[in-house]
Amino acid sequence: MPILEFKNVSKTYDNETKALNDVSFSIEEGEFVSIIGPSGAGKSTLLRCINRLVDASSGEIVFDGQDVTQMKNKELRKVRTKTGMIFQHYNLVDRLSVIENVLHGTLGKKSTFSGMIGHYTEEEKLRAFEILESLGLADQAYKRCDELSGGQKQRVGIARAIMQQPKLILCDEPIASLDPKSSKIIMDHLADINENQKITCIVNLHQVDVAMKYSERIIGVSDGKIVYDGTPEGLDQKTIHKIYQSKTSDLITDIGGEAHE
Amino acid sequence: MNKAMNQAFRKRKITYTLAFLVVLALYLISAYITEFDLQTGIKAFPEAAKWMSERLIPDAKAWERLPKILDKLFETALLSVAVTVTAGIGAFMFSLLGSKTTGFRGIINQLVRMTAAFFRNVPDVVWAMVLMFSFGQNILTGYFALFFTTFGLLTRSFIETIDEVSASCVEALNATGANFIQIVFQGIIPSAMTGIITWILYMIETNIRSSTLIGILTATGIGYLFDMYYKRIEFGSAGLVVMAIVVLVIVIETISIQIRKVIK
Ligand SMILES: Nc1ncnc2c1ncn2[C@@H]1O[C@H](COP(=O)(O)OP(=O)(O)O)[C@@H](O)[C@H]1O
Ligand SMILES: [Mg+2]
Repeated sequence: MPILEFKNVSKTYDNETKALNDVSFSIEEGEFVSIIGPSGAGKSTLLRCINRLVDASSGEIVFDGQDVTQMKNKELRKVRTKTGMIFQHYNLVDRLSVIENVLHGTLGKKSTFSGMIGHYTEEEKLRAFEILESLGLADQAYKRCDELSGGQKQRVGIARAIMQQPKLILCDEPIASLDPKSSKIIMDHLADINENQKITCIVNLHQVDVAMKYSERIIGVSDGKIVYDGTPEGLDQKTIHKIYQSKTSDLITDIGGEAHE
Repeated sequence: MNKAMNQAFRKRKITYTLAFLVVLALYLISAYITEFDLQTGIKAFPEAAKWMSERLIPDAKAWERLPKILDKLFETALLSVAVTVTAGIGAFMFSLLGSKTTGFRGIINQLVRMTAAFFRNVPDVVWAMVLMFSFGQNILTGYFALFFTTFGLLTRSFIETIDEVSASCVEALNATGANFIQIVFQGIIPSAMTGIITWILYMIETNIRSSTLIGILTATGIGYLFDMYYKRIEFGSAGLVVMAIVVLVIVIETISIQIRKVIK
């Protein structure tokens, strides 16, 4: 049984912008899938429909055996604890320490009160520290997040997601604001989590070459529709052109750039 | 390219010229109506300064009254702090309903913003006059008058602060499955705290000035003392009151600058 299934999902913003248009696909547990497409194609919308940061207009999204589109408050929060999310701009609480941000990954499973006052068990703190260690951030644990570099912040973002012990990690352009070296570190960590912890990863990417290098499967989105779904090897120049349509400028920077190795 | 730029600059020049002419016209019209003459206005300054330096110097009697003045000054400062802090707490809770970040519906947002605008746009002196009918000349009148404007202003400022600084972490905390109260305490409060404190300090300063004025109206606090001495033509004491207010405002401002430095 697939861990995630989209059945004829559409999303229309404000009754006019059709961001997703009859999207269907399914993802098996443990897959590492990249979603590529030009900006405005609907990648972020697609990702956010899964954890309902955005509500789909029609269709069904089955995650872990349940249709998430009909869920109410409590059920929805439970699903969210099972899906970690990583953002382009890291979305950390900058004024709190690194370790506190990582521990935010447990909020969904805590009582309102202990979450409110930030009371965490010894076991949770220990695990947060181990995760930071595995990401090479042990030395930064008590620093405030606004003292970190972009690459370090994104690793805190990853740590927060892993802390949730999720079944699925959603990454919305995780390396779009990073330099090539930090980008590689982040992508390597994601690949490592996918391989060793068997967490399914869906990664929105702007860079075709990065997607081809890291994923076993690529979904190409253009104008709210899926125009490619297959292996990186099957992704030829013609298909890339189709995904990016007339936007050849995107192509030049994405494929021609040797920066992303 | 160049042509577009030239056009843009020309447009700006025309805008500036028009704005200047409008201001000039407004000045001339209002000066004509109020019979205000800038020249006489400026000329009157030295004379006023001379008058003040001669009469407003505290005399021996004034210094004798210092404890009483300080007592009232303290009362006024305390009132301003109490008003600002209580209004701030109310405004913070209210602003959560008015912020887009927290995910409340559009109608609630609009309602909150409209209420805040109403409270903010009625000047505190007007609030004081209106409230005087229900509370009389009483410290409560001053309290509520300041409370209403402070509440309205802080609500709007807090909404802006929250939307600006915590939208991104609120999204992330929502994605972890945290609930509303957890998000407020773990995301919104930590990220908006500096902004909130800065606004509260600013409002304490403003309210000390306002409460002096309102005190004249409601016969309370330091404003009342000033009014009384002034009407009794005891200019020395009135002068000491003014000096005390100035010192208080400077002290409060220095403190808040220090606090702002620390919380940065
Ligand atoms: N909150 C929103 N309100 C209205 N339109 C939106 C909103 N978010 C995205 N859109 C529109 O939906 C389309 C898809 O956007 P998005 O999912 O962000 O694409 P991508 O992530 O691929 O760049 C775009 O045309 C965008 O302008
Ligand atoms: Mg996007």
